[in-house]
Amino acid sequence: MRINRRHFLQLTALVGGGMALGLYERPLAGVLAAAQGNGGTAGLSPRVFLRVMPDGKVVIEAKNPEIGQGVRTMLPMLIAEELDVEWSQVQVQQADLHEEWYGPQFAGGSMATPINWEPLRHVGAAGRQLMISAAAKRWGVQESECSTHAGRVLHTASGRSLGYGELADDAAKLPLPDQSTLKLKDPKDYHIIGTFTSGVDNPALLTGKPLFGIDVKVPGMLHAVYQKCPVLGGKVKKANTEALQKMPGVKHVLVVEGTFRGGAVIDSDPGLEPGVAIVAETWWQAQVARKALKVEWDTTAGSPTADQQSSKGFDEKAGQLLKEPAGHTLRSYGDVDGALKSASKVVEAVYAYPFLTHAPMEAQNTTASVSDGKVEIWTTSQTPGGGRRMVAKELGIPESAITVHLTRTGGGFGRRLMNDYMVEAAWISREVKAPVKLLWSREDDFTHDAYRPAGWHGFKAGLDAQGKIVAWRQHMITFGEGAHAASSAGVSAEEFPSGRVPNYFIGHTAMQLCLRTGPMRAPGANALAFVGQSFLDEVAAAAGRDPLDVQLELLEATPVPLPESEQQAQRGPEEYRFHAERLAGVLKQVAEESGWRNRKSGSGRGMGIAAYSCHLGYSAQVAEVSVDADGGVRVHRVWAVTDVGRQIINPSGARAQVEGAIVEGMSHTMLEVTLADGHIMQSNFPQYPLTRIRQVPEIHVSWRITPNSPTGLGEPALPPAIPAICNAIFAATGKRVRTLPLPRSGFRLA
Amino acid sequence: MSVKLKVNQKAVQVDAPGDTPLLWALREQLDLVGTKYGCGVGVCGACTVLVDGHAVRSCITPVASVTGSSITTVEGLSADGSHPVQKAWDELDVPQCGYCQSGQMMSAVALLGRTPKPTDAEIDTAMNGNLCRCGTYPRIREAIHRASGQQMPALRD
Repeated sequence: MRINRRHFLQLTALVGGGMALGLYERPLAGVLAAAQGNGGTAGLSPRVFLRVMPDGKVVIEAKNPEIGQGVRTMLPMLIAEELDVEWSQVQVQQADLHEEWYGPQFAGGSMATPINWEPLRHVGAAGRQLMISAAAKRWGVQESECSTHAGRVLHTASGRSLGYGELADDAAKLPLPDQSTLKLKDPKDYHIIGTFTSGVDNPALLTGKPLFGIDVKVPGMLHAVYQKCPVLGGKVKKANTEALQKMPGVKHVLVVEGTFRGGAVIDSDPGLEPGVAIVAETWWQAQVARKALKVEWDTTAGSPTADQQSSKGFDEKAGQLLKEPAGHTLRSYGDVDGALKSASKVVEAVYAYPFLTHAPMEAQNTTASVSDGKVEIWTTSQTPGGGRRMVAKELGIPESAITVHLTRTGGGFGRRLMNDYMVEAAWISREVKAPVKLLWSREDDFTHDAYRPAGWHGFKAGLDAQGKIVAWRQHMITFGEGAHAASSAGVSAEEFPSGRVPNYFIGHTAMQLCLRTGPMRAPGANALAFVGQSFLDEVAAAAGRDPLDVQLELLEATPVPLPESEQQAQRGPEEYRFHAERLAGVLKQVAEESGWRNRKSGSGRGMGIAAYSCHLGYSAQVAEVSVDADGGVRVHRVWAVTDVGRQIINPSGARAQVEGAIVEGMSHTMLEVTLADGHIMQSNFPQYPLTRIRQVPEIHVSWRITPNSPTGLGEPALPPAIPAICNAIFAATGKRVRTLPLPRSGFRLA
Repeated sequence: MSVKLKVNQKAVQVDAPGDTPLLWALREQLDLVGTKYGCGVGVCGACTVLVDGHAVRSCITPVASVTGSSITTVEGLSADGSHPVQKAWDELDVPQCGYCQSGQMMSAVALLGRTPKPTDAEIDTAMNGNLCRCGTYPRIREAIHRASGQQMPALRD
């Protein structure tokens, strides 16, 4: 596929989970056309990215869902910089869902930066150009004699200047600037990009103003809870709806048949799940009524074996399957078996990790108002466009009849790429003929997720007499059917060190699962980095070599290219491909910053190193831990070096993403979701020990600046944190963490 | 059923049974939505408010148990963000998603009320009940240090 430079990558989250890379035209032309359609009475436009008010105030629309990744601040900074205004002049406003105006509006895949870096700067630059043209015309001077500063156009020769507000009406009547002649700033002139900028919502957030989905209030609104079967897809056989109807405040109790789609591989959004909706005047009344709800479920409605599934059963089956050849080969070259046979040393290990739930602080919710075939929705979704498609499909109405407002969201982590709560709210609102705010309880949130899938990996590596890796075999036991892995349960043919050892095999065997799986922050990578980087550390130890040297040797090896036909399917534009020297670069820098080469290990204290590339970013980390006699692990320090290209846009938000990724990586070492008889066994935070403040180490965040286009930071810094900690535990104790969470390997975070 | 409360220095009346959690009375009866629902069982701290200056989990506090007390929510720190804790939180840009932060700030205000200059260890002990899923903990520590040792204003509505 030829990539046209006038197009931008578009990552679309699919309704069924997962993402597709596509292309979309620059939104600029459409944006400015819409801006000009306004007639110029109140500045540039009422409805699109940029509005310049007659008083000089600049209103910028934040296009994407804000889930804590900082885009409501960062994306408008791009526009403001090139418009050349002061940040203090800018008021940021959340855009509604209008992808035809704004381009893709979703929070996922760390894609906000790569998708928007260029178009949004162009929006700002076009605005600035319009201001210059308007001023030059009014003064009767050449545009080239004009410059801008702090929201004013200056004509230095005559000492005249005009504020953007004074020019806004004129500017709105001008023809569009030619996109190809737009001048973007020299980075040395940036005064907003690259400056620590606090979140635009902070004033409202820190004074308790309504901002989040849970805070939405609509006139005449009722409140709903929705009880689903503890076993996925289970249907209501009998429920005491009449008794509940009489409880205080209760308005409606509905048994919902649902549209759940089962099958051998469950979608991350498999339609409307069956259940009982309780609608009351307040949420607390609905919740009190739910406590009196008695339901007899048909637990096999979703799948005949759904209520027989257990984590223990999957563990046993995976153990058996690892003894057999992989069911599906992803990549195989050279002669792995032969090389293992003639190797000086063979290292073999099985790694495993559990299901995880996203557990964002704000439980799933949506407010929906359905009347006269029209739907208005206020939602916390990360993929509001996908949610709208789902609502349209399930309610049998056109997408054009659905208006979607985006609220601030109390954490995403991938959970809100799914839109089940949105469909439920819309469905209930239609049935009760009133606006409804559906709010899940914490227990709903734990037990009805699309979980990070568990996985098991059998590794075998061969070393030659010099301690060089000559063969690598990786067999993943996952969920799915045949070659088809369930959402976020796959591994690619290019999994490191694919192509960097002379003999290599990677394949998977899939087990059937009746449970939703889905993307969780750094999907795939958050598990694959743990197994791959831990095993590499194990191999290095067996070779008696520094794991840093072994990894650098692999990164510097001449790669064995994928067959041409597979390259087509696997790879995007050159810049977005894996560049080994960038991973080697962050590794070398983190080794230097952490004093890796002079480390002392043993007697209960040690350092571990790991690196990974995902979502177009490159991160390497070193963790330093101590382990007490009872296996209690203290993480003392973590150094993180990350390469996301040539420009850190908001140093505050960027650093926050790395700090948060490391804290979340620590959580991954302690958490698990388990299944028994098809039931999720964890239902609230006491059974799910997320990292607490007293466990948090000193975190050193730094960047490796490289001449690449800026890319996102939501995900790349998470994966290496987990193996860096586990490798440090090995350095401290000589004991390898092969199974997560840590308690299953004899350790715990103290 | 009606319960009389004093919230942010104001006498208010809540029309709900006495066993209604204070959290839901605040959110649904009094329109004070800064206090957040997180777990409903008193373990995540998102619903933290001050009751007579002490940090309390409002999701497990029945309204009938706090009728004679002075309740302060995040809205009562200051309406304009001028409370030293709110200012420190903004200057260091503590929030990521921000959902837990009103609870974090209320726990911090309670801590600073009894320990004006807390050490890291004292901060960790006082704040350990407040979960932050985004991992803003390093900045929470820093923000509490920044706000510490300052004159805390009398809490108002």
